[in-house]
Amino acid sequence: MLSLAFPLTVLAQGGTIGGTLVYRAAGERTPVEGVTITVSQDGTQIGTAVSDADGRWEVPLPGPGTYQVTLDGSTLPEGVTLTDPTRVELPNVAVLSGQRRSVIFALGEGSTGGVAAYARLGSLLVAGLKLGATIALAAVGLSLIYAVTRLVNFAHAELVTLGAVAAYLVHATGSGPGWPLMLAAIPAVILVAGFGGLQGRYLWRPLRKRGTSVLSLMVVSIGLSFALRSLIQLTFGGQPVAYQDYAGQPAIEVLGIPMVPKHLVTIGVTVVVLFIVTQFLQRSRAGTAMRAVADDRDLAESSGVDVDRVIQLTWILAALLAALGGIFYGLNESVSYEMGFRILLLLFAAVVLGGLGTAYGVMVGGFVVGIAVEMSTLVLPAELKVVSGLVILIIMLLVRPQGIFGTRERIG
Amino acid sequence: MDWTQILAAGVLATVGPITAGYALSAIGLNLQFGYAGLLNFGHVASMLVGAYGTAMTVEFGGPLWLGLIVGITAAVLLGLLLGIPTLRLRADYFAITSIAAAEVIRLVVRSSWAEPLTGGVFGLQGFGGDFYALNPFPTSVLYGLSPFVVTGRALWVILVGWALVLLSTVFVARLINSPWGRVLKAIREDEDATRSLGKDVFAYKLQALMIGGAIAGLGGILFALEQQSIHPDAYQPRITFIVFVMVILGGAGSIWGAVLGAAVFNFLFFATDSLMAQLQANVDWIGAIFSPAEAGLIKYVLVGVALMLLMVFRPQGLLRSRDEGPADAH
Repeated sequence: MLSLAFPLTVLAQGGTIGGTLVYRAAGERTPVEGVTITVSQDGTQIGTAVSDADGRWEVPLPGPGTYQVTLDGSTLPEGVTLTDPTRVELPNVAVLSGQRRSVIFALGEGSTGGVAAYARLGSLLVAGLKLGATIALAAVGLSLIYAVTRLVNFAHAELVTLGAVAAYLVHATGSGPGWPLMLAAIPAVILVAGFGGLQGRYLWRPLRKRGTSVLSLMVVSIGLSFALRSLIQLTFGGQPVAYQDYAGQPAIEVLGIPMVPKHLVTIGVTVVVLFIVTQFLQRSRAGTAMRAVADDRDLAESSGVDVDRVIQLTWILAALLAALGGIFYGLNESVSYEMGFRILLLLFAAVVLGGLGTAYGVMVGGFVVGIAVEMSTLVLPAELKVVSGLVILIIMLLVRPQGIFGTRERIG
Repeated sequence: MDWTQILAAGVLATVGPITAGYALSAIGLNLQFGYAGLLNFGHVASMLVGAYGTAMTVEFGGPLWLGLIVGITAAVLLGLLLGIPTLRLRADYFAITSIAAAEVIRLVVRSSWAEPLTGGVFGLQGFGGDFYALNPFPTSVLYGLSPFVVTGRALWVILVGWALVLLSTVFVARLINSPWGRVLKAIREDEDATRSLGKDVFAYKLQALMIGGAIAGLGGILFALEQQSIHPDAYQPRITFIVFVMVILGGAGSIWGAVLGAAVFNFLFFATDSLMAQLQANVDWIGAIFSPAEAGLIKYVLVGVALMLLMVFRPQGLLRSRDEGPADAH
């Protein structure tokens, strides 16, 4: 009756994920004790278990769904490794209501120690660059919008989500035409860029003309963010899904570090795209006009720059970059209605680190935040890695609120 | 269509502990946003730390009264810690940091790392025994006129909840009409002018943030006691946005606006919920499009749209005249 105060999740129908860790060598099976296994969902940890003397482990779950199971390689005993090192993380373990789902990690002989530590650092760096790519792509747009309109657009996160969701709908065989992901990304990015343009033209421009205060605009943007997120959840569903292409890609070894090719492609494409953006801002007429409006809107306007058109162009560019970032994020993690909101905190960290309103600073900030978040798993439990994003944010606000690359101005 | 049931859902929500709890939270946000002009997008965190402070104290063997003190102190400290790095900066920095901090607090509370203290994703249950021991009403008796009936247990929560709402409203009214409140409103209208008069703007904002947090923490505690169960995922960011809609609906910067906003919002929200559920079950084409869960989501879409429309077309809310309030502070 009156117990509807909050949307509480139902706890009654949880299942479990469990298994037995056995080390096979010379035809003998030895149980492996003391290995930590973590179960998480959409990046948030559900629970951990440590294997007992019989090698058994089990993690109770809050409910049915898709979970990610990770084995902490550093807790394996000396001389024992996974026979397939890429299977240290199983991204899509589906559990039905009340089901006891078992998961197998195949263990065998191998060397641990110095080389493994080097490989771990290396793969964390690649993971950081991969996450940083998404953050940088999305954060540049957020910062550019701020530069030309002074609006911190909280609904920017939903442009990231929309990019990934649109690509999924064009890509998935069940619900759409089933194009390969690489082709599906093109209409998705164009669609979201168009949506950004419409938003700029029919929502934000009229509000600007009315002289609505920045404070009110931020409230409008958070309302828009919430409405869009709920709408995506309503139409797309609440469960995270994965792209069919490039799923479960095996790792290749580069310089002794296991790397997944799609991560390398993500990083490479992002660097190229960001380079094009810098060239656009530096050399093209439109880019110069954008910088002029960011610098001093009134001066730009009186020098004959069509400010409305420049702002319009900025919205399209920002949405385009956010959508691209979203597709990469969906490719490397999963696609869900709240994926954008989940990295919003990291976008803010990147923007504050690089300097709110800068473009190049924010690109660097995005990669720094990505690497810092992934590297933090060396000292923090993996489920708390986003905390490092908040730490960066607060330290920057205390020490250098204009950002590393921002120009000093009176902020208070 | 059972209109009585829809009406009953709305009315019971309006007088019930839900509105009392949300009203407390809205009074806190109104002090921060309506009077001090602080854009606290992480408001739900105050409710979370209030509820967890109380529940964890009881869980570790403390008495309930100590839990209440711990919960409210935690909410005050949260305001202090959040305010110090951000309130000297521009408004957008505070907005960014508050929303980020609220999510991080929720993630830390639900992590298995914190599970020995917070119960992780499973939360904490059954800490309100002392509160219900004070209940003078027999729990098995139903009070009220059909269909508007509540149990004795609910009546006790309702009475305590609304007493807290009344006390908090009077408290905030006295604060606002004091010299302290006049400085706060002056800061909202023109920060630089107030600073040039020698007022420590930072300190006033910080105090507003802490007091508002404490009242919202009280709201969180009320919810926790009513449910006898807390759960990190109940403190989703959506709660913050709902409270924003309430404050703006009632009129940001008006004493009774927060309470009115909470009441009107909850009536509409729960009546809509009941209406959507009935439409889903009884009207074929609606049932064909939406599952029951999806029909339940529509109201959240409406919350977001309502927040935008209110801010654009009626930023002064239901109660206030147009020439006062944060919406006009440029």
